[in-house]
Amino acid sequence: MTVAALSQPNFFQAKKGIASWLFTLDHKRIGLLYLYSIGFFFIVAAGLGVLMRLELLNPGRDLIDAQTYNQVFTLHGVIMIFLFIIPSIPAVFGNFALPLLLGTDDVAFPKLNLISWWLYVIGALFALFTLFYGDGPADTGWTFYAPYSVRTGTNVSMTVMAAFVLGFSSILTGLNFIVTIHRLKTPGMGFNQMPLFAWSLYATAWIQLLATPIIGITLLMIVAERVLGIGLFDPSIGGDPILYQHLFWIYSHPAVYIMALPAMGIVSEVIPTFAQRTIFGYKAIAYSSMAIAFVGYFVWGHHMFTSGMSGPAGFIFSILTFFVAIPTAVKVFNWVATLYKGSISIEVPLLFALAFIFNFSIGGLTGLVLGALATDVHVHDTHFVVAHFHYVMFGGAGFAFFGALHYWFPKIWGKMYNKAMANLAFILLFIGFNLTYFPMLIVGIMGMPRRYYDYLPEFHEMNMLSTFGSWIMITGLIIMIINLVVSKQRGAKVSGNPWNGITLDWQTSSPPPLHNFDKMPVLPEGGPYNYPDAISTHEEKEKKDDE
Amino acid sequence: MSQEHAFVLPNSGHNFDAKSSKMGMWLFLYTELLLFGGLFLVYMIYRYLNQDAFLLASFELNVWMGATNTIVLLTSSMTIAMAITALQKGNKKLSITLSWVTIAAAIVFLVIKYFEWGAKFEHGYFPGMDHYNELPHGERLYFYLYFFMTGLHAVHVIVGAVFILFVIRGIQKGKVTKDRYSLLENSGLYWHLVDLIWIYLFPLFYLIH
Repeated sequence: MTVAALSQPNFFQAKKGIASWLFTLDHKRIGLLYLYSIGFFFIVAAGLGVLMRLELLNPGRDLIDAQTYNQVFTLHGVIMIFLFIIPSIPAVFGNFALPLLLGTDDVAFPKLNLISWWLYVIGALFALFTLFYGDGPADTGWTFYAPYSVRTGTNVSMTVMAAFVLGFSSILTGLNFIVTIHRLKTPGMGFNQMPLFAWSLYATAWIQLLATPIIGITLLMIVAERVLGIGLFDPSIGGDPILYQHLFWIYSHPAVYIMALPAMGIVSEVIPTFAQRTIFGYKAIAYSSMAIAFVGYFVWGHHMFTSGMSGPAGFIFSILTFFVAIPTAVKVFNWVATLYKGSISIEVPLLFALAFIFNFSIGGLTGLVLGALATDVHVHDTHFVVAHFHYVMFGGAGFAFFGALHYWFPKIWGKMYNKAMANLAFILLFIGFNLTYFPMLIVGIMGMPRRYYDYLPEFHEMNMLSTFGSWIMITGLIIMIINLVVSKQRGAKVSGNPWNGITLDWQTSSPPPLHNFDKMPVLPEGGPYNYPDAISTHEEKEKKDDE
Repeated sequence: MSQEHAFVLPNSGHNFDAKSSKMGMWLFLYTELLLFGGLFLVYMIYRYLNQDAFLLASFELNVWMGATNTIVLLTSSMTIAMAITALQKGNKKLSITLSWVTIAAAIVFLVIKYFEWGAKFEHGYFPGMDHYNELPHGERLYFYLYFFMTGLHAVHVIVGAVFILFVIRGIQKGKVTKDRYSLLENSGLYWHLVDLIWIYLFPLFYLIH
């Protein structure tokens, strides 16, 4: 194995030159292209986030005026949603790991995969272009609510077109993954032998495919409304702004699960590997992904409880929203049950996975507060919503992204990061994150509205805490990034399988050769997480203790 | 060692796989349906709210031109299906001819569309024109949706025709053959979708009373 690994050039060495990267058809390189571009935009948008927190340190104007603040939170939202969190896990780790997990050498349509990345770049350039062209970036919030998005003088059309192009990129990635999963699994692997990350990508891909076109056409209608002034969404000329909200959330609520489901897939990979134990309730986790995708399609109305929805409609949307909590809780219980009596080794990816469970539970439970009709009216459009959203998206999906980065880091580069630094970065991130967002839950309940650059004096202390938290968080982030970049160059070399994982991605050398496998990968007996030494029942554990 | 170097997985993503490409096409068609689905939803809601205005406005359309276009598109759907069968039976020449007939039908469709739209432009029914601005809100919405939906459909007709043109070159070059016809089949699937959407657009705009 090691001899073969030495003789084969890995995918970094196989081809040289900048063109071999920009026009590569190799899924691993495309995954890395996404990682670098997505990482860049994440840093930009995180910087905007820190800027907002800095403005909110004291009441009144500190740094930026109201209009700039509006543009900053819009740009922060647009970049984080469309350029970071929607593509993050599927495009980076889906691309890199899915073919490895399935035991194949690429996705089903390698050329389409490259086109997806180029579309991503074009969309990103559109979004950046608004900074320098026309009357500045949009100031509507990332939701582009009509009629304001139709009337404002800022460059909404360009921002909206960016989202349109990025949607196309997302659709093509989803399409590629569905076909890959159906057609390219290694011989002997059925759907029920698939790793759970593949399952979650499968559920995600269906949402990408079936929800994204709606936002595409809606955004085109916004552009047409701005150019031609039809009266489609603008009530002053006879339009219906609520219709826009419906169309927007028909996509954008399922999109929340595009962000969350792959993160749950990462957690489902990381936990069995570091517990060295069969995952508890494989089928329950797999099918609950599909259930979330399905039910998630029908709950968009809960964003609109306060914007003129009939009683019965609100009631139905509220009930359906509560249904989503069931498959989500199923996953959480199964992850915790997997840890029970496993041989746990506390490595950085596991810490991120545990932080995911903690943060996501807070995010999920506050989501129920928002999904309930009566309480939603009270906290709608307050900082409570901002905190809930960031607990789910950043504390959830973002932390899972970092976890995946640390989990597959040795696979991608064949080296290990400095674990002490990684631990430090994790602790700072976790403390900083909670210190930033937990106070927002409290001021939200107290009634501080979102999307204002100013606030009443009674919210001052909590906002100060929150801003201090953002400094700790950004320190953790910087340490994490520096640690990973330095370790990529100077880290200690590791074997092909440093975590002792048994999914197929660990059966090849690290970094993998161009065609991923030098010999046929072998499926583990009895399921993807069936660790040979695992103790799967209480009786076995007792027996082992007796010995 | 050299043996290992030559190892290729049986389930390689770089293999030609007719089933994959067909599945990919079907998935893409779902997205197209949903793209138009958003517009159908908007149409449905505004039709419900402005029933009289929509009816009044629909009298401005020429049913005969619409009906001719429907027949043209339906025929072209038949010819592309025949082109696929011809290629499957090994008759390359007939397949190419039938594909050209399909493209010709697409051009006829667009020419008729051009005259239809031209007449509307002349009378100032395009959004933003003087006559359009004088119309009541309901009728304005009707014409807006009419131009948006038939316009988007026309774009799809052009894309479909270019796709078929591309496949004809493939047949001539020997890349699309009797045993490897999935590209032609996919262009056919796409063409049927273009046809199908028109089948809904025609009654919605021209016929409903």
